[in-house]
Amino acid sequence: MKNSSTDIKAKKQSRLPWKRKDDTLGAILFLSPTLVIFITFILFPVIFSFYLSFHEWNMFSNEATFVGLENYKRMFDSQEFWSVLKNTAVFTFGTVPLNMIVALLVAMALNKHIKGKKFLRTAFFAPVIISPVAAAVIWRWIYDPNYGLLNYGISFFGIDSINWLNDETAAMFALIIMGVWKTFGINMVLFSAGLQGIPETYYEAADIDGAGKWDKFWKITLPMLAPTTFFIMIMSMISSFQVFDLVYVLTSGGPLGSTKVFVFFVYEYAFKYFEMGYASAAAYILFIVLIALTMLQVRYMKNRVHGAF
Amino acid sequence: MNQLKILKLSKSIIKHIVIYALAFVTLVPFIWMILTSLKDMSEIFVYPPQFFPSEFKFENYKLAFEAAPFGRYYFNSLFVAFTVTLGQLITCSMAAFAFARMQFPGRNILFYLFLGTMMIPYNVTMIPSFLVLYWLGWIDTYYALIVPGLASAFGTFLLRQFFITIPKELEEAAFIDGATKLQVLWKIIVPLAKPALATLAIFTFMGVFNDFIWALIVLNSEDMQTVQLGLAIFRDRYLTQWDLLMAGSVTAVLPILIVFFFAQKYFIQGITLSGLKE
Repeated sequence: MKNSSTDIKAKKQSRLPWKRKDDTLGAILFLSPTLVIFITFILFPVIFSFYLSFHEWNMFSNEATFVGLENYKRMFDSQEFWSVLKNTAVFTFGTVPLNMIVALLVAMALNKHIKGKKFLRTAFFAPVIISPVAAAVIWRWIYDPNYGLLNYGISFFGIDSINWLNDETAAMFALIIMGVWKTFGINMVLFSAGLQGIPETYYEAADIDGAGKWDKFWKITLPMLAPTTFFIMIMSMISSFQVFDLVYVLTSGGPLGSTKVFVFFVYEYAFKYFEMGYASAAAYILFIVLIALTMLQVRYMKNRVHGAF
Repeated sequence: MNQLKILKLSKSIIKHIVIYALAFVTLVPFIWMILTSLKDMSEIFVYPPQFFPSEFKFENYKLAFEAAPFGRYYFNSLFVAFTVTLGQLITCSMAAFAFARMQFPGRNILFYLFLGTMMIPYNVTMIPSFLVLYWLGWIDTYYALIVPGLASAFGTFLLRQFFITIPKELEEAAFIDGATKLQVLWKIIVPLAKPALATLAIFTFMGVFNDFIWALIVLNSEDMQTVQLGLAIFRDRYLTQWDLLMAGSVTAVLPILIVFFFAQKYFIQGITLSGLKE
């Protein structure tokens, strides 16, 4: 008797929508727009480009020819692939550390008593939000060998004019400087959030122990920031590996391919030469590199912050 | 004691000088862009550089707009950015609501799959996405720019995290009054989630307005160009016309800078909340 009355109660409740155990139909409706887009433009592409990477196809012919691992083999045998990989690595390892150092220093300065913080934060963040195309156009003018601002600036230090964008070494350097300028604002914001998460009491305790500024930085700030730092490092590497717009507009990959980066390589083979299979193979190599980096990140985060997800 | 005070003060002054100098250096490209856009050509090609134009030549902007249909580019960019932003706000709120408030089998797995898609680099999906649009006959149309952007894992995740913090009691009252799920989402959740929606809107708008590679791939005709693509083409065509190029660049960054000025809080929030960048 008692049982059946609770049954009735449960039945009554289940008619009320928020108590209902199952909303499958509603969920399908609510998720369907997103699912359609994801299946078409993410799920299918991921599978199809994997398929394409084993085929030769120019997209206009009806059939793709199966070539096995030929695309990958051809890539590993080509000098262009290795030089593109090298350029991407140089760009990444040139940008990321410099970017992080500048970002951390600025974040630390802004964490102290400074007048006009809001203005400063806006100033440092402004390059992040503008379009890479416009940014690269501006920097081309700054890098101009004859009338550029940068050559004028370094002339005060007794440095001769540098033909920034037409010299193989200087062009990569120019790209790195612009890359740091364009993105350190993001990391500054992330470091700021990390710094605010360090309890003030740690520093107070250190003060009582008579610790100096340097000690506090090495023994409190840096260790406490480690998760943030690691996160920033991986995220910056991932986005540096995918740089395209800045390169396209600043140097177009030149001079002599010295700034041609990975995505540029994929773009050229896919949309200039229409070698869809070869380009897909290249895209997949990049995918593997980035997944490896992400896994590193996920593993580290799991060890650090249990149950954050 | 007094000496200590002086020492502290001078340290603080030095700190201010250093940080403001760095801010100035960061802003130099912007300042230089604006100044150059207002100069006459005769004042641009001089060495050492002349900092201020002897006369502000606002005409450069008119000339730039005459040399290329920037007005048209602008319309295209704004139309696409607004449509994608609006679309994402709708699709992401709905998907987020399903993940935050609905019970259905496989919910968690599906949610993690959604999160997982954020790790897939653009370059892997780029080629087949282009092919899909090609097969649909959408290359060089607004559809190509808009449709693939009408859903976002980042947006769904951002909103879902916000929705789960909203107390359920409010909805329960509405359900008793006979409201449907859609009404609850629209009338109760959405108004409460304004900060999260604003963050998503700003990020999406900025991402779409600044996008370059996708527009480069799917557009051909002059009429369809976005501001960013138009600027890149303009640069190739008027290689040394730095007055017009800079006027064009100012035009291409201005809307975003204005949005940023008024909604800075949401930019910062978006980055810190998610730790993600677009």
